[in-house]
Amino acid sequence: MSLNEKTREDMRAIIARYPESRSALLPMLHLCQAEEGYVSPEGVAMCAEELGLTVAEVGGVATFYTMYKRRPIGDFHVGVCTNTLCAVMGGDAIFASLKDHLGVGNDETTPDGKVTLEHIECNAACDYAPVMTVNWEFFDNQDIGSAKDLVDKLRRGEPVAPTRGANRVCTWKEASRVLAGFPDGRAEEGVSAGPPSLLGLKYAQERGDRAPALPDGRI
Amino acid sequence: MLTPVLSANWGDADSFTMSGYERRGGYAAARTALQLQPDALISLVKDSGLRGRGGAGFPTGLKWSFIPQGPEKDGTHKPHYLVINADESEPGTCKDIPLMMANPHVLVEGVIIAAFAIRASHAFIYIRGEVLHVIRRMQKAVQDAYAKGYAGKNIFGSGYDLEIVVHAGAGAYICGEETALLDSLEGRRGQPRLRPPFPAVAGLYGCPTVINNVESIASVPSIVLGGTTWFGSMGTEKSKGFTLYSLSGHVKNPGQFEAPLGVTLRQLLDLSGGLREGRTLKFWTPGGSSTPLLTDAHLDVPLDYEGVAGAGSMLGTKALQIFDDTTCVVRAVLRWTEFYAHESCGKCTPCREGTYWLVRLLKRWEAGQGSPEEIDQLLDISDNILGRSFCALGDGATSPITSSIEYFRDEYLAHLTHGGCPFDPVASTLFASAASGPISTGAGAPA
Ligand SMILES: Cc1cc2nc3c(=O)[nH]c(=O)nc-3n(C[C@H](O)[C@H](O)[C@H](O)COP(=O)(O)O)c2cc1C
Ligand code: SF4
Ligand code: FES
Repeated sequence: MSLNEKTREDMRAIIARYPESRSALLPMLHLCQAEEGYVSPEGVAMCAEELGLTVAEVGGVATFYTMYKRRPIGDFHVGVCTNTLCAVMGGDAIFASLKDHLGVGNDETTPDGKVTLEHIECNAACDYAPVMTVNWEFFDNQDIGSAKDLVDKLRRGEPVAPTRGANRVCTWKEASRVLAGFPDGRAEEGVSAGPPSLLGLKYAQERGDRAPALPDGRI
Repeated sequence: MLTPVLSANWGDADSFTMSGYERRGGYAAARTALQLQPDALISLVKDSGLRGRGGAGFPTGLKWSFIPQGPEKDGTHKPHYLVINADESEPGTCKDIPLMMANPHVLVEGVIIAAFAIRASHAFIYIRGEVLHVIRRMQKAVQDAYAKGYAGKNIFGSGYDLEIVVHAGAGAYICGEETALLDSLEGRRGQPRLRPPFPAVAGLYGCPTVINNVESIASVPSIVLGGTTWFGSMGTEKSKGFTLYSLSGHVKNPGQFEAPLGVTLRQLLDLSGGLREGRTLKFWTPGGSSTPLLTDAHLDVPLDYEGVAGAGSMLGTKALQIFDDTTCVVRAVLRWTEFYAHESCGKCTPCREGTYWLVRLLKRWEAGQGSPEEIDQLLDISDNILGRSFCALGDGATSPITSSIEYFRDEYLAHLTHGGCPFDPVASTLFASAASGPISTGAGAPA
């Protein structure tokens, strides 16, 4: 897919969500990635036209944020958290072995165009460390073996399911469209919460701990 | 000891759906609130003692009360805005994301109440972009709220109108800083703004704006239902209520614990089985990497705003990252410092240049190439960043450095005598005992 009149229509739908048009820029850039897989010069130009901004203004924004890619990436963006806690718990070892296994460096794509590997910062899932993501879905409690399995499956085109997320990972472009604010109807797939998220609740139930009752008896 | 309120329904398979939330009485608080006077709601939240859960602990009701009521000097009325900070990116912090995944409607309900209280007709939920499924859940919750007439025009027949927009960020820690978030939400690079004027006076589009953390706003519905006495029956005198503590790292059982403010790490560890077998606590963060490290000497510090401040740190986001005796503190601090250098927005010199130099120095230490005087250099640079930076990112960057030197100076020096890191990075991994295949440690910075 490339940019077309439908893209423009979608951009206008995004703009209509906001009191001031420029607020639409971040979702519009996600939309560009939904169409082309990355933010191309044409994408920047289209955003600029629709918002009445200069190409330099839009480019300045697009380059500030790490989620916007300036060159095409694979169908599956694979992130390995190497912020301190995950790094120490095994993220560094996972990242190193995936580089080796895939034969790519950070922010590089396998020759088959399937997988782009990137080390990412803390993704707010530290109680599931070491954490990985595929197209920004959670893959919790990874180790070297599970990480290699995961990328192998992705490269073979087998469906994979995140630990906490939709029933299977979608493509990078599909994910980007959701980020642009066009839901894909999959919000109700997957679990409410993973086991660590429920741990305190579980202990509370075992111990009979609870918050003081609300006046109407709830909770 | 535990008081699940926000997390009470997370175990329900449909906790994130409208029907699941309403089955447990959801949206009753919003119905009640919209029959009250906005000012009465502001007073209620003020009197409850709720303090912001985003890190700084600023009283939430007081923040709401700063929104100017009545016309501007020139007689016009500016719109008011409510912005929810769902950027959750402070290393270690992992409470808002599971909250929105399992219970997005409690946030939507809080948004309705808070927006009504500050007389806003537009609310934005700014979520970091790297959490696809959480964004799906928030989008759906808002969509369902519209479908039920809980958002949009004439909510609950009260005559009150509110638009709610879910907005995905694009990967920048600094956008969690509230004024950078506003610039980002306006479609710009996320860089902090000069204050004053404060957002309450000139925030989004130059209009009066309240910015609150996810957990702060999600706590409001239960305060409306329970009242101030109920809320104040949990927590301590100046830090009232319940909150989410996130336990991660080298513990047997990491996870989320909703408890009254003021519990101690010892209590949480006793409950959850403590550290990994045969290991001892070395250092921990009380509230993310920007809060000075604590050690095993601080197990009994009450985890409320005053208690942690008294121990020389900050409660922050209650992100309890636990590191045991297999962890090299220099490696941990270097990695955090690399994070700050990467995320520094570049607007001010002390942070932009300072974090860059700190990384270079720490890399030398890790490789055993420092000299004893360079410890003073680390402290000196930190001193030049702290209090001289444009925003709190710079200040936060110095916390791991100064606190680690305070408690572990000898370990820095050991890198010199050892000619490198004296620790085996494999020993600190989760799979240390069950390693699959040959382990390349990759102890250095990812490249
Ligand atoms: C670098 C930086 C990052 C921050 N990140 C967040 C964040 O992700 N979420 C958040 O709620 N507050 C964050 N804050 C704090 C906000 O600036 C602000 O204090 C908070 O959103 C106010 O909400 P509260 O009063 O409800 O706590 C950050 C602050 C700084 C300096
Ligand atoms: S302290 Fe750092 S992040 Fe904050 S304004 Fe200065 S350069 Fe930007
Ligand atoms: S450090 Fe990896 S998710 Fe937080």
